Amino acid sequence: MKQLNISDYPQQDTISKKERIVNFFMKFGTILALALIILIFSLTNEQFLTYGNITEILRSISIVTLVAIGVTFSMIVGGFDLSVGSTVSLATVASGALLVWYSQELLVVLIVPLILGALIGLLNAFITVKIRIPDLIGTLAVMYIINGVHLTYTKGYSIYSNMPLPDGSGTAPGIFIPAFQFIGQGEIFNIPFPVILMVVIVALVHLFLQYTRAGRLFYITGGNKEAARLSGVPVNRYRTYAYVISGVFAALAGIVLAARIGTGQVSAGDPLLMDGVAAALIGYSVFGAGKPNVIGTFIGAIIIGILLNGLTMMNVPYYAQDIIKGGILVGALALTYFRKKD
Amino acid sequence: MSYLQVQQLTKSFGPVNVLKQVDFSVEPGEVHALLGVNGAGKSTLVKILSGDYEKDGGTILVNGEDVHFTAPADSQRKGIAIVVQEVDTALIQNLSVAENVTLDITVEGKNLKPISWRKRKQLAEERLEKVQTQIPLNRLVEDCSLSEKQMILLARAIASNAKLIIFDEPTAPLSENETAKLFHVISELKKQGIAMIYISHRMNEIHQIADRMTIMRDGKVVAVHQSGAVSTEEIIQTMLGRQLHKADYQQRGFSSKIALEVKGLEVPETNKTIDLSVRSGEILGIAGLVGAGKSETANALFGASGAKGDWSVKGKKQTIKNPRHAVKAGISFIPEERRKSGILIDFSVQENLSLPALESYTRAGWISRSKEKTTALDQIKELGIVASSPKALLKHLSGGNQQKVSIGKWLNRDSDVFIFDEPTKGIDVGAKNDVFRLITSLADQGKGIIYFTSEFDELLQIADRILVMADGEIVDEVTNQEATQERLMTAATGGNADETAQYQRLSAAGHHQ
Repeated sequence: MKQLNISDYPQQDTISKKERIVNFFMKFGTILALALIILIFSLTNEQFLTYGNITEILRSISIVTLVAIGVTFSMIVGGFDLSVGSTVSLATVASGALLVWYSQELLVVLIVPLILGALIGLLNAFITVKIRIPDLIGTLAVMYIINGVHLTYTKGYSIYSNMPLPDGSGTAPGIFIPAFQFIGQGEIFNIPFPVILMVVIVALVHLFLQYTRAGRLFYITGGNKEAARLSGVPVNRYRTYAYVISGVFAALAGIVLAARIGTGQVSAGDPLLMDGVAAALIGYSVFGAGKPNVIGTFIGAIIIGILLNGLTMMNVPYYAQDIIKGGILVGALALTYFRKKD
Repeated sequence: MSYLQVQQLTKSFGPVNVLKQVDFSVEPGEVHALLGVNGAGKSTLVKILSGDYEKDGGTILVNGEDVHFTAPADSQRKGIAIVVQEVDTALIQNLSVAENVTLDITVEGKNLKPISWRKRKQLAEERLEKVQTQIPLNRLVEDCSLSEKQMILLARAIASNAKLIIFDEPTAPLSENETAKLFHVISELKKQGIAMIYISHRMNEIHQIADRMTIMRDGKVVAVHQSGAVSTEEIIQTMLGRQLHKADYQQRGFSSKIALEVKGLEVPETNKTIDLSVRSGEILGIAGLVGAGKSETANALFGASGAKGDWSVKGKKQTIKNPRHAVKAGISFIPEERRKSGILIDFSVQENLSLPALESYTRAGWISRSKEKTTALDQIKELGIVASSPKALLKHLSGGNQQKVSIGKWLNRDSDVFIFDEPTKGIDVGAKNDVFRLITSLADQGKGIIYFTSEFDELLQIADRILVMADGEIVDEVTNQEATQERLMTAATGGNADETAQYQRLSAAGHHQ
């Protein structure tokens, strides 16, 4: 009975000291962990806190962050988009093919992959919203389809400047033009362009989700679909928007990736799916939000990026780094779900 | 000797005495009806007999043996089985009919012993034969109709060698044919000497099938009758007791303008067609027992189940295919399942309150949080919502305060019609009075109110006009002046409404002379 009263009237003075400590860690645990990681790496390696290394870390997470923002949108409406990795791959080879095989202008090279991403989002929405296949399964199927499509299109070859054409009819006419490469490799005032792009997008998406009506309705839709529907919210429309946005962000990540590495690498997006999902999930725990949010997602991506960077500096082999990534994910999720009753 | 004899049974939940010295008995081969209005104590009695609840005091004799049940398994061992009202809770949805019918073998069998499906199916078929039912044995239970699921439960009960079977509102979801079939099975069981307790609100069924009846009121047994010895009117009178004083209804004036008129509303779940209209400023009550199709009709009225029909709001024709259309047409809906469909429990009071009229807080797409907060503060004060702040999450509020939010969120839209489905469910008396005051003031502002409930006394207190619903159809219509609990109950339990009205006119005339 006593417990009931506490949850009925949440007042500060009824909360015990122990509970206050637990609450503190649920709110700031992730940030503390981040600070701790930075502290340890900077103590063990003097190169860690240099300007060069910090921009390197931010540049390395910019692509994951874009993917993770898309995943965040799908999670906000109560869905899950597993197809983002394959969408990144498709967008990467699409921009590569447009540049190298068809010698297209910058604008075309940007717009076509973004449209492809939006179409994949519509396909996901059709499968989950209209046909009502559960999100996890439906987008898994789309993941396979898109993976197959992009490999079939390139016959399994990665695309690079002046490559020999797959059908053996000579060399490809086009190259990765510098204007395109700037997206992944350029710098403005000594700051890498992808980092500027990431920070601007994180800020805009944050404002959008927190302060606009549309942003609120995304959250409402995910909060209780039935109550939202009975309040007059077009929930299926918002679920569709979320998948389209997710697809577009994955495609944008694919463009940045292609520009960064200067090739249209097949299957390049595969590792980004799990890192993106991990970043979004770690984001749940940031400031005790308990729900998907873009600032949290950004911090999640930073944590993953710093870990990979620092561990690499400490010569931990890349295959062992996944163990630590997984451990961090468990810790962050524990902060969110431990004590989450109802 | 009685198969079951209950003496001086008591049970209380906290300070509330739910059963007060109840005496009750069932003979072998007898169908014993258990009657009473909501909250009379029928369910509690049945739950004690089936081992769900533990008794506080008194004795239960099964076959002369003094028993004390602490778990459902105790009761089953003594030969008591129950066919629950919510059949889905007693069946495994994703297993086949054969497996469900023979579930006892799975549960009690040895872990590693191979299952012989041939034998199991044969056994299942035999068991189903005893209840004269044929269902494809490989069909999944989730694909079965409600009547088939009931028969599976019954087959299982009989196979467990039950000597006493309890039916809790078995015919509520059944069609006439299915009901007839069930009655046939019951009369077969009777011949085999099985005792049965039959809970139902449907008077004509009671007369048809019961041998005896026990009527409960306020946790006590108030009468035991032989079937046929009393009339429906007497039974209803006994169920309702002496609290027949007219509630404090105050005659209200309202305009002659129609706020909402719906013609030919085809309610998908009940397969029935409804016409109704409510005037501006009028509170229209819709009375019906649990399972009468009220919620289904309320949802259909709001466009939530894609029902077909012709809506007109304030004389203007409207196309309503989903709740969004309804909201735009000026209809608001406060659903029965508050936590599931009325509010967002993980969101704050202010976010819940602003939701239906979010565009009025929005400029060029941006929400004005300060306006959201001040409006919420005003509403918290006006509606008497107890919350620590507008930012408090709904899950931290009590049921009554959640309900106030569920209603309050619509007040920011200037709707013409408000549909309430069981608005007082699970809230305390104080909150209930607040909700009533709110509904009345909405009506005084010229809104049309449609109020669905199974609590008939609420309608006598608040509704200007009452429609009675049974089996998804409107079976009676009365003004508040004409309405009595008996008349509503008679119509809702399938009694003949015209006859009742005539009866009442005659008896009223008798009084005057």
